[in-house]
Amino acid sequence: MTADPLALACPRPLRHDTVQLAHGGGGRLMKELLEGLFLPALGADPAALHDSAVLEAGGARLAFTTDGFVVHPRAFPGGDLGELAIYGTVNDLAMAGAEPLALSTAFILEEGLPFAELAPLVASMKTAADRCGVRLVTGDTKVVDRGKADGVFITTAGLGLVPAGVAVHPRRVRPGDAVLVSGDLGRHGIAVLSVRDGLRFETPVVSDCGPVHHLVAALLAAGLDLHCLRDPTRGGLASVLNEIALAAGVAVEVEEARVPVDGAVLGACEILGLDPLYVACEGRLVAFLPEAEVPRALAALRAFPEGAGAAAIGRVTEGPAGRVALRTTLGTSRLLDLLSGEQLPRIC
Amino acid sequence: MKFVEEYRDGAACRALAAAIRRKVTRPWSLMEVCGGQTHAIVRFGLDELLPREVGLIHGPGCPVCVTPVALIDQALAIAARPGVVFCSFGDMLRVPGSTEDLLSVKSRGADVRAVYSPLDALALARELPGREVVFFAVGFETTAPANALAVAQARREGLRNFSVLVSQVRVPPALEAILASPRRRVDALLAAGHVCSVMGTAEYLPLAARHRIPIVVTAFEPVDLLQGILLAVSQLEEGRAEVENQYARLVKAEGNRPAQRLMAEVFEVVDRTWRGIGSIPASGFGLREAYADFDAGRRFGVAALGGAESPDCQSGLVLQGLLKPMQCPAFGGACTPDHPLGATMVSGEGACAAYYRYRRFEPAETP
Repeated sequence: MTADPLALACPRPLRHDTVQLAHGGGGRLMKELLEGLFLPALGADPAALHDSAVLEAGGARLAFTTDGFVVHPRAFPGGDLGELAIYGTVNDLAMAGAEPLALSTAFILEEGLPFAELAPLVASMKTAADRCGVRLVTGDTKVVDRGKADGVFITTAGLGLVPAGVAVHPRRVRPGDAVLVSGDLGRHGIAVLSVRDGLRFETPVVSDCGPVHHLVAALLAAGLDLHCLRDPTRGGLASVLNEIALAAGVAVEVEEARVPVDGAVLGACEILGLDPLYVACEGRLVAFLPEAEVPRALAALRAFPEGAGAAAIGRVTEGPAGRVALRTTLGTSRLLDLLSGEQLPRIC
Repeated sequence: MKFVEEYRDGAACRALAAAIRRKVTRPWSLMEVCGGQTHAIVRFGLDELLPREVGLIHGPGCPVCVTPVALIDQALAIAARPGVVFCSFGDMLRVPGSTEDLLSVKSRGADVRAVYSPLDALALARELPGREVVFFAVGFETTAPANALAVAQARREGLRNFSVLVSQVRVPPALEAILASPRRRVDALLAAGHVCSVMGTAEYLPLAARHRIPIVVTAFEPVDLLQGILLAVSQLEEGRAEVENQYARLVKAEGNRPAQRLMAEVFEVVDRTWRGIGSIPASGFGLREAYADFDAGRRFGVAALGGAESPDCQSGLVLQGLLKPMQCPAFGGACTPDHPLGATMVSGEGACAAYYRYRRFEPAETP
């Protein structure tokens, strides 16, 4: 027997005694929290992890998902917390190829929150739900003492129907697949950062916050064999590609020159020392599908205004498993690693 | 994007790389001084474009990396005090002191905030008169003018709840230490463009003359860096040892005079300890006696606190260009960005973090 503390043990020990902000950052620490605590404690299967679970019931396949929304500030250019709470969950259902059926919502409200701040968020939720053609059918409200929450936290859960023959899951990703994005990246993260930190840019950046389920429906209607879908929210494109590469046991190569990033987003990232490939989107999808289907997929996406910027950005290769590499505009190559937490702005 | 894409142009980069290949006849080691340059080299894979003869050594110019453990321990002690709002540039928050980092102190209830400028911290001090606002004034000559401005402004306004914990370092004395070392492996220097935009180029003339070494003031984009390398290699091949300015669009020989005056008003030259390297004479700035009231170390009585480096961390050798990150036995095993032994693994500009992020799957080079 070995007493080596570094020897593999299951579950992997957590390295911190307390929860750090980075545990929610979509990076490596969050993976540690899932694999070191939640999954083993709850008896969940790590291999099944996806944006939605798919359950078989009475001959139907139902997609089921939930998400908590805590954005600060609650309104930002291009959207607010209420819209995010609807689109986030609708999009997670769509990532399993599902058509959204119904949503639930739960509010945690802080004592003293002005109704004038709550009402617009609820109105936004209704507008967003109508836009997605989905109904909010059940909910819950709790109020906590002043100081115990940041105004309002919203949790939504969603139920969707997976059409027959559709199987969208990381384990279907294979070498030879192409990687597509439905539009330019990084808008949401920069839009929120600009209002949160009082940064003013010459060209204001507007969040991409919006639904993508209709894009998925169009891809499926075109008869495409979608292997996997993921919305690049927290941690951005780079984190999504790392998750998929690890889950599917493949490598991914991305062509930097083909990744669409708006000039204003790029400029803000340059100033702040951030990499746009790690910045969150809230209305984009990443698709994995056979290379031969790329032209039809791009045509299907580009039929919508929010898919106008769709692009094929890379491909899946044999391995090493989990390796995500970026071919730079200079023709050189580097890793796109999973970050430990959120990106920190650099000194100079 | 205007004024960025031009400097990342693939054809221009390949042409410069070809010019370097034509020029070079024997092996040379070039040190890029600044962490921002290291980051760009690894991010764009510029070393892949270079001929085998041209080796790049990563220099000590990452302010986050060279801030000593003792000062981070002082920052942690101050941040943990009730009533303190501790402000810092974002990338200092994850740098470990002897036991933990600022984010850990924050998770236990301390008010630690990432700001983009010392003037943001100053504004907080005005907004929160009942709180003590402390700014962690870290950096090279590049951040010194803004930090000096914040202190001078605080004194003018009579703000009594604002102070700075100063960890301000100067490039030339560190280069002197590296060049004077008997283990020196560096044939030419790419000096840090932004530092020179403040300080000018005069400080580098005696260094170039004394050590017979070409020094090329270089900016941070791929085209800039390759042009800087071409200028340095040309000097080496032609037997010259001059100070040249690749970054003429921003750097003037005399530097930025108003910024220098402001720095001289608030700061004086002091000896500084560099994390992983040790004490270097006259290698930093401290507050002048006239501004001692704004010294957070004194105000909170923590100036004597000091912790020690992990004995397994070899960042000192990395910072001096004597060891490549992947040659360190702890690299990627005991030392990763999530569990860094030293600051070169934490900061985005640190050489170890850059190699971990961009190069981890490649085999280590032999020393």
